[in-house]
Amino acid sequence: MFPQLVISGLATGSLYALVALGLVVIYKASNVFNFAQGDMAMVNTFVTFTLLETLHLPFLWAFFLAIVAAFLLGTLFELCLLRPVKNPTPLGLIIITVGAQQILYGAAGWIWGYDTKAFPSPLSDTKIYRFGGLVMSEVNLWILIVSFLVMFALLLFFRFSTLGIAIRAMSQNLTTARLMGARAPWLLSLTWGIASVLGAVAGILIAPITFLDPNMMLNPLLKAFAAATLGGMNSFGGAVVGGGTLGILENLVGGYLAPELKESVAFFVIILVLCVRPSGLLGRHYKRHV
Amino acid sequence: MTLQTDYREEIRLFNSTAAKVWFGLLLLGLLAIPTVLESYLLSLLALAAIHIIIAIGLNLLTGYTGQISLGHAGFIAIGAYTSSLLMLKLHLPFVLALPAAGAAAGLFGFLVGLPALRLSGPYLAIATLGFGIAVGQVLVRWEALSGGSLGIHPPKPSIGPLVLSSETHFYYLAVSMMLLMTLGAANLVKSRIGRAFIAIRESEIAALAMGVNLTLYKTLAFAVSAFYAGIGGSLMGHLIGYISPDGFNFLVSIYFLSMIVIGGLASILGSILGALLLTALPYLLSGIKNLPMVIYGACLILVVMFEPHGLMGRWTKFRLYWRSWPF
Repeated sequence: MFPQLVISGLATGSLYALVALGLVVIYKASNVFNFAQGDMAMVNTFVTFTLLETLHLPFLWAFFLAIVAAFLLGTLFELCLLRPVKNPTPLGLIIITVGAQQILYGAAGWIWGYDTKAFPSPLSDTKIYRFGGLVMSEVNLWILIVSFLVMFALLLFFRFSTLGIAIRAMSQNLTTARLMGARAPWLLSLTWGIASVLGAVAGILIAPITFLDPNMMLNPLLKAFAAATLGGMNSFGGAVVGGGTLGILENLVGGYLAPELKESVAFFVIILVLCVRPSGLLGRHYKRHV
Repeated sequence: MTLQTDYREEIRLFNSTAAKVWFGLLLLGLLAIPTVLESYLLSLLALAAIHIIIAIGLNLLTGYTGQISLGHAGFIAIGAYTSSLLMLKLHLPFVLALPAAGAAAGLFGFLVGLPALRLSGPYLAIATLGFGIAVGQVLVRWEALSGGSLGIHPPKPSIGPLVLSSETHFYYLAVSMMLLMTLGAANLVKSRIGRAFIAIRESEIAALAMGVNLTLYKTLAFAVSAFYAGIGGSLMGHLIGYISPDGFNFLVSIYFLSMIVIGGLASILGSILGALLLTALPYLLSGIKNLPMVIYGACLILVVMFEPHGLMGRWTKFRLYWRSWPF
């Protein structure tokens, strides 16, 4: 039973990791926890749903169009909501993302309604693959494959492309990065776009399991916060490790201890990590000087 | 603006005769309202008074001390459940259950304040968010005590032989508690404690250097704020007559945060304005479902962008403009 729990935990965990990566990308660039991350993903999943249901596009086309829409939503978010604010306080930034979350949630309920809809995905939850003794549903298999591909692409982007290196430089030292020729405002928008795409991919992957409604991303977002806190808010590797660990931990607690405690694991993790080691497993803690 | 020459003048609650007269008129008005309004509007006003209590408490923490809380619904829930359960299971009188609700919430506020000593900004937001959701989950799971997700029905409160059953009774209870708590908060922020709160918000390091005991005042801010939320939660439960874990979710925390941000951070009057506006808004916009949420969100963003001091800041500017008009 143990390897089975670990493998299916890893599939859920990789979803948490995708959302957590979006949070970390934004935190490193803009120094704010994006409370709208989940609902940005939710809106993009609904966009995919409309493309599939109303326009009857093939799934891959809808997927790619939704990615483009997600990128635009992320960039627009930064352009319209964060850039006009002068000298923002940490509290002000949090309130802006919370406000955006309310707008997206209310608007989604207004446009698509609060009743739960089935997501017309080509992946099925019931079709099962067997690998040796392990069982895995088609959805979970694709979740693992796609999220690992996305994470690998992200790793290559930040490691080797000039753009990725410029973004990392900007998050380390804004002034120096600008002096080296990085166009910081555009890079910020780009970062938000990337984060929004990460969320959208997670949303589309999770939709066949959770079904569609405006609340669908609330729980994954909270788990992603726990994952990012566990791994360290300023570490990409931390988000991946944190997401995976949380997914596996949840499944083990649900399997061995008590199924009703499964959903609470994330909050114990948040409280424990913040009390014991606020910088997380892989994060670095920067001391602020006067 | 008159020149103040004395410390006692600085900390006085009403700094002019005009302020006292206005406050007296307000009292008379509040007393007279039940004779003219219908009962439905009275209970709406009672709800607004309760919202004011909670908003002021949150403003003491977030506005004055600068510590964000995204889990205030947790404290409200603790207050509501404590007072109802004490009355239902231990048959305590309401006059004891109400302060006990505040104290229980205050104790949890103190406990949440402890890890908050090491956390700031976004990390604190996550910690309090986690707390708020954890409270909801415990209430759902601990069915023997809380009745699970079905919720419980708080009994009608009574003071001595008088059972508070009608809307008018409840209106007087809520409004008198609101006045008491408001005056308490106004007094607190003018005192040594209030100044310590503001010093912590402006700079923790500078406050520490001035001799402000960070541990004491940060946990105190959390405890006081949670006490207000607990009292508000208890009253809210008894007013509505039904509580369930679902009624204290994340959106409730955001609702109260919206009140103080829109009304004005670090301002008692601002909390009152924000609470009144946001209590009335859903009723004014009742024709269009889902719109209130979009409007709260838009208001939050617009306020942070253009008027960081909220309605209160606008009002202060307006007053200054007219005082010096036509110059």
